[in-house]
Amino acid sequence: MLRLAGVSHAYDGRTVLRDVTLDLAEHRIGVIGANGSGKSTLARTLNGLVLPDTGRVSLGEWDTRRHAKQVRRRVGFVFSDAANQIIMPTVAEDVEIGLRSLRLGREETARRVDEVLERYGLSDHRDHPGHLLSGGQKQLLALASVLVTGPEILVCDEPTTLLDLRNTRMVHRTLAGLDQRVVLFTHDLDLLPDFDRVLVMAEGRVAFDGAPDDAVSFYTKLMDQADGA
Amino acid sequence: MSAIGLYVAGTGPLHRVSAGPKLLGLLVVGVALVAAADPWVSLGALVASLLAYPLVGLHPRRALGVLRALWPFLLAIGAFQALFGAWEEGLRLCAQLASLVLLANAVTLTTRVREMLDLFERLARPLRHVGVNPDRVALVLALTVRSIPMVASAWRAAREGYRARGLSGRPHLLVVPVIVQLLRMADATGEALVARGIDEDTRVRVD
Ligand SMILES: Nc1ncnc2c1ncn2[C@@H]1O[C@H](COP(=O)(O)OP(=O)(O)O)[C@@H](O)[C@H]1O
Ligand SMILES: [Mg+2]
Repeated sequence: MLRLAGVSHAYDGRTVLRDVTLDLAEHRIGVIGANGSGKSTLARTLNGLVLPDTGRVSLGEWDTRRHAKQVRRRVGFVFSDAANQIIMPTVAEDVEIGLRSLRLGREETARRVDEVLERYGLSDHRDHPGHLLSGGQKQLLALASVLVTGPEILVCDEPTTLLDLRNTRMVHRTLAGLDQRVVLFTHDLDLLPDFDRVLVMAEGRVAFDGAPDDAVSFYTKLMDQADGA
Repeated sequence: MSAIGLYVAGTGPLHRVSAGPKLLGLLVVGVALVAAADPWVSLGALVASLLAYPLVGLHPRRALGVLRALWPFLLAIGAFQALFGAWEEGLRLCAQLASLVLLANAVTLTTRVREMLDLFERLARPLRHVGVNPDRVALVLALTVRSIPMVASAWRAAREGYRARGLSGRPHLLVVPVIVQLLRMADATGEALVARGIDEDTRVRVD
């Protein structure tokens, strides 16, 4: 289980996470909140990209501060802008490079790459440059490159923010079909109804934690108040 | 399309040769051309390089693309040499440069980057004894190749933003936004490398 205990974090003296304590165990968890409410920072603490000033983030016996490598191997991360995540010149090579550190041997590596490209509909593009794919395909490639390494949990920070409706749906369908646990940070309230749990972030705190429809109405009310005041 | 080609799928003779012999061949031709130092030999090499494209199953359009990217340099070298009365020298240099770039391009077009990196990694392996990590050498090379389209797209984005605001001319004004954009991309890519477990995070202190 992914566990945050008393997590606080500040950038240059400005506090953006305030004493967040959470156990994240559900299969599908959504996190929503206004811009600047601390979502991306919270997301980055989950795999040790951000080490909190105080408090502790852990996955089972592993702690992001002391066992970053072990945590990252189990917690995959997908960013909003897939273009920055694509490292290698071609689609297949990009999927492959994440597998290198697992040292599986040539055949097993090739088998896994083929399998994942097939599953995410990227086989026809295997030798194409990743940066020439459509936005949705780039995001699928980013997903494929992360999932091929077999993480237990996938953290996605606004994965559909840069996508049009069709590509957004494609990514949603893919996320919905995953066996892995997913923690999805998003502004897309439409995808949340099927989720097991939704958190609302406000000013660095978890302001609401509960069922999706309750979370969405809490969030809507919060935004209305901010407008009305 | 960028003039510097990346791998294109194919079944021609060059596609079937592995990366090592191709790079060795390129090296040998390069050394031979420089050693011969003869304008007519260089010109012959240029013609041969151009003919090689269709022969190994690459579209001649790709060769022309290389020449189109190179011509300002060729023109500058040629003009400089002609100005100092050494037109033969200019011809030799231009033909040498063009033929070697054409051949190098043919190698990259027919070799998967993965294969090239594996080769560099093998070549860098003896350097392990002096503290060089071959994996990192290969990664840096991959990122270098990767950065070519990134620079192009940052430039395009900055120019579009500039034009959209009704501005024109003074292209040096684009330098700062391009650099900012590239730094932002580099930062995000660095973060992605860490997140994907490809690069260990040096920020993390073990305490
Ligand atoms: N690397 C950083 N350095 C300084 N300030 C940052 C950094 N990342 C985020 N912030 C600031 O922290 C606050 C929370 O940002 P973030 O976690 O990205 O929120 P969200 O994802 O909800 O928009 C914002 O005010 C943002 O400007
Ligand atoms: Mg964010």
